[in-house]
Amino acid sequence: GFLLLPPFAAPLLSTEGAFPSAAREGVEEGEEGAAARGAEGGAAMAIFRFHQYQVVGRALPSPSEEHPKIFRMKLWATNEVRAKSKFWYFLRKLKKVKKSNGQVLAINEIFEKKPTTIKNFGIWLRYQSRTGYHNMYKEYRDTTLNGAVEQMYTEMASRHRVRHPCIQIIKTATIPSKLCKRENTKQFHDSKIKFPLVNRKVRPPTRKLKTTFKATRPNVFM
Amino acid sequence: MFVSLLLLDHDRKVFKRYVEIGRVALVNYGKEYGRLVVIVDVVDQNRVLVDYPDIVRGQMNLKRLQLTDFKIDIPRVPKKKTLVAALEEADIKNKWESSSWGRKLIVQKRRAALTDFERFKVMLAKIKRGAAIRQELSKLKKQNAS
Repeated sequence: GFLLLPPFAAPLLSTEGAFPSAAREGVEEGEEGAAARGAEGGAAMAIFRFHQYQVVGRALPSPSEEHPKIFRMKLWATNEVRAKSKFWYFLRKLKKVKKSNGQVLAINEIFEKKPTTIKNFGIWLRYQSRTGYHNMYKEYRDTTLNGAVEQMYTEMASRHRVRHPCIQIIKTATIPSKLCKRENTKQFHDSKIKFPLVNRKVRPPTRKLKTTFKATRPNVFM
Repeated sequence: MFVSLLLLDHDRKVFKRYVEIGRVALVNYGKEYGRLVVIVDVVDQNRVLVDYPDIVRGQMNLKRLQLTDFKIDIPRVPKKKTLVAALEEADIKNKWESSSWGRKLIVQKRRAALTDFERFKVMLAKIKRGAAIRQELSKLKKQNAS
């Protein structure tokens, strides 16, 4: 229960610049992982490399400051340990507090509220290229925010050769279809969408049945 | 100077099966192998949202799906009840099981589940059938020869 964020902490949390926080509405904590839901025969839930965490921390109370301000951050990391480390990294850059004179009050994983609907995610990021820092805005269509973030990391790696330590997520948001900017996402905003599958790759149903040589040439149509 | 007949022939469709909302597809890779699913929405070029009465709605890569000839009439991302009703109305289950593709899959499953005794019985039946065919053939040959 429990966390009293002082009312004036809110504007501090939403400074512009390199403050990564997810501006997503409707975040719920402690929801049962979607992996459990998918286990009953669902078609979904991949294993995500990046999990979303909410980390809450503050400086340690001292004689001069009995009740230090509490700060909350939503960030992506592969595990909780890394999440806490990232929290301190960002907090150090904004406040005069370090891990050694601070404490993490809570760390919770945030799960997708509705992983069965498709959403358009906009991700604002700051990344380091070979020649400097740049900001970027990218859009992804996915069922979960974690999936979209994962897409973002892989796309940045492939298109810009930026590895994940050099990427800072500034903000993420679910974008309604009307406000999407990229043609790539907008082309799927069609309730009567229809396209054929061209040039299909035929593959065996299990890796075990894979052979180097085949008796016949493949039928690539359907 | 050569004009492709394909370009001129506007009425002829090359593709018959499309990825569209309501398309019934067969899963041919992965954990859900062999199951029918219905495409209820399109995520992007490679992934679709699929659903069926007995699974949780989720996304699937199109590489794992094989489109069938069947399509049902549903709105985008329908409620489970609507989906079940539409499937019932289109009678997909029976249509699938009576189609040649569906029948082949059922036969494959049956053959894979045979016990050794059943395989023995199949062998005897095959021999019997072969003998009957060869008898008729030799009769016809005798007729033709004479």
